[in-house]
Amino acid sequence: MVNGSRTAPPPAAPAAPARIQVADLRLSYGDKEVIHGISFDVRANEILGVIGPAQSGKSSMLRCLNRTIEFVAGARVAGTVHVDGEDVSRTRDVHALRRKIGMVAPLPVGLPLTIYDNVAFAPRCAGLRDRAELDALVEHCLRQAALWDEVKDRLGSLGTALSGGQQQRLTIARALSHRPEVLCLDEFSIAIDPVTTMRIEDVLKELRREITIILVTNLTQQARRLADRTMFMLNGRIVELDRTDVVFSEQPGSRQTWDYVNGNFG
Amino acid sequence: MTAPAPAPRPQRSRLERLGESLLEGLIRLSGVSAIVFVLAIFFFVFREAAPVVFSRNFDLWKFLFSIEWYPTSASNVRYGTFALTVGSFAVTALAMAIAVPFGLGAAIYLSEFCGRRLRETLKIVIELLSAIPSVVWGFIALTVTSKLVVDATGAAVGVNVLNGGVVLALMSVPIIVSIGEDALKAVPDSYREAALALGATRWQVVYRVLLPAARNGLLAAVLLGVGRAVGETMAVLMATGHAVHIPGSLLDSVRTLTANIAAELGEAPVGSDHYRVLFLTGVLLFCITFAVNIVADLAIRGVRRRG
Repeated sequence: MVNGSRTAPPPAAPAAPARIQVADLRLSYGDKEVIHGISFDVRANEILGVIGPAQSGKSSMLRCLNRTIEFVAGARVAGTVHVDGEDVSRTRDVHALRRKIGMVAPLPVGLPLTIYDNVAFAPRCAGLRDRAELDALVEHCLRQAALWDEVKDRLGSLGTALSGGQQQRLTIARALSHRPEVLCLDEFSIAIDPVTTMRIEDVLKELRREITIILVTNLTQQARRLADRTMFMLNGRIVELDRTDVVFSEQPGSRQTWDYVNGNFG
Repeated sequence: MTAPAPAPRPQRSRLERLGESLLEGLIRLSGVSAIVFVLAIFFFVFREAAPVVFSRNFDLWKFLFSIEWYPTSASNVRYGTFALTVGSFAVTALAMAIAVPFGLGAAIYLSEFCGRRLRETLKIVIELLSAIPSVVWGFIALTVTSKLVVDATGAAVGVNVLNGGVVLALMSVPIIVSIGEDALKAVPDSYREAALALGATRWQVVYRVLLPAARNGLLAAVLLGVGRAVGETMAVLMATGHAVHIPGSLLDSVRTLTANIAAELGEAPVGSDHYRVLFLTGVLLFCITFAVNIVADLAIRGVRRRG
């Protein structure tokens, strides 16, 4: 416990290259603007925590990164998002972009396929056919999502028949299956028990060596445990983005941050 | 401080409860009535046919597997329906070979790839297509498509298996399209979005997610199309040439079970052997559609168990 999960991990070096650059991002649903021009960078191999109350635009912001926002009728995006220097709105292959950015949604959607096929779905779409390779990948991803032991004997049963928490871990395994370079987790632990959550958090700390993680969470303590930097969003604006130890310190950059983090908001 | 007297818990009136149980009974009755109707139809058709089945000079084997159908022969009356059964199967199989790919393709296009305005237009047109009476289809088969068949293939007569199959396909496609589209639309959008978010292309979403998820509905669509094709009478009567004959090629004329009943029942004296054999042919048709449904049901279960 001494140097365990309590202390914030060391901040990434300031020179770390930006993986994602968001510039003046605006998002409206119909006439209603919900994100009012936000700009931030996500650095390579960091965990960026995103906290903020409901309706502050966290999930919508994530959906702008891999352009799944396009599925929402009436959504309009302005401003630019660059992933590894490439403007996502001009990308030639949006499918490759979506494989590069893994996304775990707060309400898990198990595809109506077997557990195995759920995890093998994205690799197969990307063209992986080799059975042995798929087998290994499926097992690896399910282990990372702390689900393997529970489902290893019934990989052939329907993914939609799993419990809520298991389905959520299934979507985590699925998001890891296409070997993303950026992993976006939106409230991944809503339906997962604390012990399993801790196991997944350990995996995330491991993963940081290989990939970049954006962690949207309502559990401020989760951001405090995991994130290198933390972004506080409120009403479609960024109130503060700084090192996690600063955001959670007694003197963050904004009074609102302090209020939110300490639970006496509003 | 005395607590206020608790208000009596609200309770539904006797009348309301009575009405509800009445409604439940009514719904149950309408559900059960379907079974009753099917059994009743089977019973009455079979009652008309029964005397001939139990008569001494009737041979069930010959009825099913002889190709000789001479119901009005002066010297030697023979009732063999095999050629008719083969005719029905040939026309239906050809119709399905054409209609299933077209129908499912159109359903997938309508539900997944086409714009909203075009979809509404197409759906109206397809519904119009399914509203055309079968005698009109028969008329088209007789006067339009049969000539096209002769022109295209050089066949001696235009009314043959090919002609009947094409017309039946045209008649079944609207059913397959509208039921199939409903089945695909019933798949929740969240599946599509989840699959797209994993980097799937729209086509990959269709064949990896939607087709498996909607397979029961799609199978039902195909089956209803088959049902329409097997049961169709007037159009095939006019389109296939009405020759009792096992077809050697697509360009031979055939007669189907249904067309045979329609054409001859009016001429057969009520109560005669011929009349009763025609009813028995109806029982045979009934058994065929029943078998098709059972097989499909088993197929769905099999798919479900594997899935």
